[in-house]
Amino acid sequence: MQIISQILFLLALVAGIWFFTRNVKRLIRNIKLGKVIDRTDRSGERWAKMSRIALGQSKMVKRPIAGILHVIVYVGFIIINIEVLEIIIDGLLGTHRILSFMGGFYNFLIGSFEILALLVLIGVIIFWTRRNISNIYRFLSRELKGWPKNDANYILYFEMVLMLLFLVMNATDYQLQLNGAAHYSQEAGIVGAFPVSQFLLPIFDGMSNASLIIIERAAWWLHILGILIFLNYLYYSKHLHILLAFPNVYYSKLQPKGEMDNLEAVTNEVKLMMDPDADPFAGPAEEESDAEPEKFGASDVMDLNRVQLLNAYTCTECGRCTSECPANLTGKKLSPRKIMMDTRDRVEEIGEIINKNGKFEDDGKQLLDDYILREELWACTTCNACVEACPIGIDPLSIILDMRRYLVMEQSAAPNELGIAMTNIENNGAPWPYNQQDRLNWANEN
Amino acid sequence: MAEALKVPTMAEYMAEGKKPEVLFWVGCAGSFDDRAKKITKAFVKLLHNAGVDFAVLGTEESCTGDPAKRAGNEFLFQMQAATNIEVLNGYEIKKIVTACPHCFNTIKNEYPALGGNYEIVHHTQFLKSLLEEGRLKVEGGKFKGKRITFHDPCYLGRGNGEYEAPRDLLRKLEVELIEMKKCKSEGLCCGAGGGQMFKEPEPGNKDVNIERTEQALEVQPEVIAAGCPFCNTMMTDGVKSKNQEDDIAVMDVAELIASAEDL
Ligand code: SF4
Ligand code: SF4
Repeated sequence: MQIISQILFLLALVAGIWFFTRNVKRLIRNIKLGKVIDRTDRSGERWAKMSRIALGQSKMVKRPIAGILHVIVYVGFIIINIEVLEIIIDGLLGTHRILSFMGGFYNFLIGSFEILALLVLIGVIIFWTRRNISNIYRFLSRELKGWPKNDANYILYFEMVLMLLFLVMNATDYQLQLNGAAHYSQEAGIVGAFPVSQFLLPIFDGMSNASLIIIERAAWWLHILGILIFLNYLYYSKHLHILLAFPNVYYSKLQPKGEMDNLEAVTNEVKLMMDPDADPFAGPAEEESDAEPEKFGASDVMDLNRVQLLNAYTCTECGRCTSECPANLTGKKLSPRKIMMDTRDRVEEIGEIINKNGKFEDDGKQLLDDYILREELWACTTCNACVEACPIGIDPLSIILDMRRYLVMEQSAAPNELGIAMTNIENNGAPWPYNQQDRLNWANEN
Repeated sequence: MAEALKVPTMAEYMAEGKKPEVLFWVGCAGSFDDRAKKITKAFVKLLHNAGVDFAVLGTEESCTGDPAKRAGNEFLFQMQAATNIEVLNGYEIKKIVTACPHCFNTIKNEYPALGGNYEIVHHTQFLKSLLEEGRLKVEGGKFKGKRITFHDPCYLGRGNGEYEAPRDLLRKLEVELIEMKKCKSEGLCCGAGGGQMFKEPEPGNKDVNIERTEQALEVQPEVIAAGCPFCNTMMTDGVKSKNQEDDIAVMDVAELIASAEDL
């Protein structure tokens, strides 16, 4: 009996890790659909930023209620998962609380896990009410209808159940130890400390050891299976951020927010135009002479860079960006969160095609128009409020800008008045139809 | 004030074989927009007052390309940048001051990689340094004790992390500086950036400048201070649409200082 359960456990563990590895590989493959971008400079600053923002959650606490609750759930969840280590060893070896040889320290650990589990449970319940009952602007947007809303709730239910299972497991274990049940009781006396689950003991009052063992085993199994499922659910969920927030912040932009990258391909063309002596056949163009000319801007996810795709997978759909966006606040269709969610959905769609066919085949769709509307793109004021608000260093504006570049430079599809302003700049060096020769007239006017 | 302002150009300096201490980059709004021209003049008066040896490019100046770039026309932007950099490098310009945060951001952050390396400051930063050097005197004057709120321009504040220079100047004017609920890094855009100034807004239920004006009106200011010609236009329109233009003035920080000094 014991050996069967050890084998089953091993199988579950291997399956869980196998699926997880497969998902991670797909994730990396999909992110690599994007263009290479070098963000390896200034590594000291990057580490510091990552510790501050991802590890230290410094931007989360800008909204104190959600921020502090999130810190509790985050710390609690991570620390409680240390317990998983023991569960895995026990499961494989068929032992009971193998780490209890640590004595007082072990009791301290289990005791703190219990208190954290309780805090996480409370935190998650408050989160649930905020998301489902309170009228919070950023949880009401149209892009959250359907799957995203369910996803958020599933995770909350998951965490509630996991925490309850953990406490039930401990309570029954404690009772079995008190009863002196074989396998559970140890010479050293009671192992572990149960400051929270001891209050559950009355529920199990009068139960036989056999029933207690069934409950304890069931809770134990469900707990560890739950964690394995959770691990594999991540890939399909906004909860991927618990892993990706770290690399995402690391690779985020360090330059001032106002700075937008200069397209190198354009620089080369402008140089050629400005310098009559330049050799149009010089440089890399030679090797790629029959390659397609470089496409300006982005109409699909392959035109974006890898950091932008990592951003999309990391987005927590929290909507802090959208709730600061001037366009969104005034009823425009633009929502920076939706930009990120659309990008991820589209990469996933392409990933699915690759899973099926082994390579990407044109499916007649693209990020522009099929996901992100022009009306959204043109509503942006490039104010950077979304970038500032994002707690994990995501830059929705850079995607908006790249898509505008495609619209303007590849499609000449700027809104009319904007087109006129640009023609003015081209012809007379100002967005309005004034003559450049009149540029100093103000000095003589009164 | 009948006589015209003295505004020397780089070409004139060059002809005399001299170099100014700083180039004043006026920008398109500052050159052509009626409201912004007043800011330009106020700033020039302050420069004269502080004895700053400055020049402008005049007819040799051209749009930095900021609106084109944010609208997605990288090509036009880089053409503009190349032209301007050629002129600036031709005059061996080292230091630039501008009253437009968009020009400031573009020249500061996007020109260097294209061959244009200059020390550039926003006019509020420049005025602050003049003050610290004792070249400019700023005293309370007629704004002393007035309720004034400062609207952060996106490309000065969030874009480049400068929140304090304009506020320091206002404090020098001994005004009662009050902050809107959304200010500094959380400041709400006026609605002009990213090319919006030059187009109709997308369908929605409100204009961005109205939303921002409402936030300003909440703190009941006598003056809304701005540091950008486009914000200035947007907030002025907002105040007008609320029929408050007789009670609430929208003024650039430079104008506040100049008019406090009765320049
Ligand atoms: S940069 Fe654009 S998308 Fe981001 S908050 Fe500002 S207007 Fe919204
Ligand atoms: S981009 Fe950032 S702020 Fe916006 S929803 Fe995603 S995680 Fe939240």
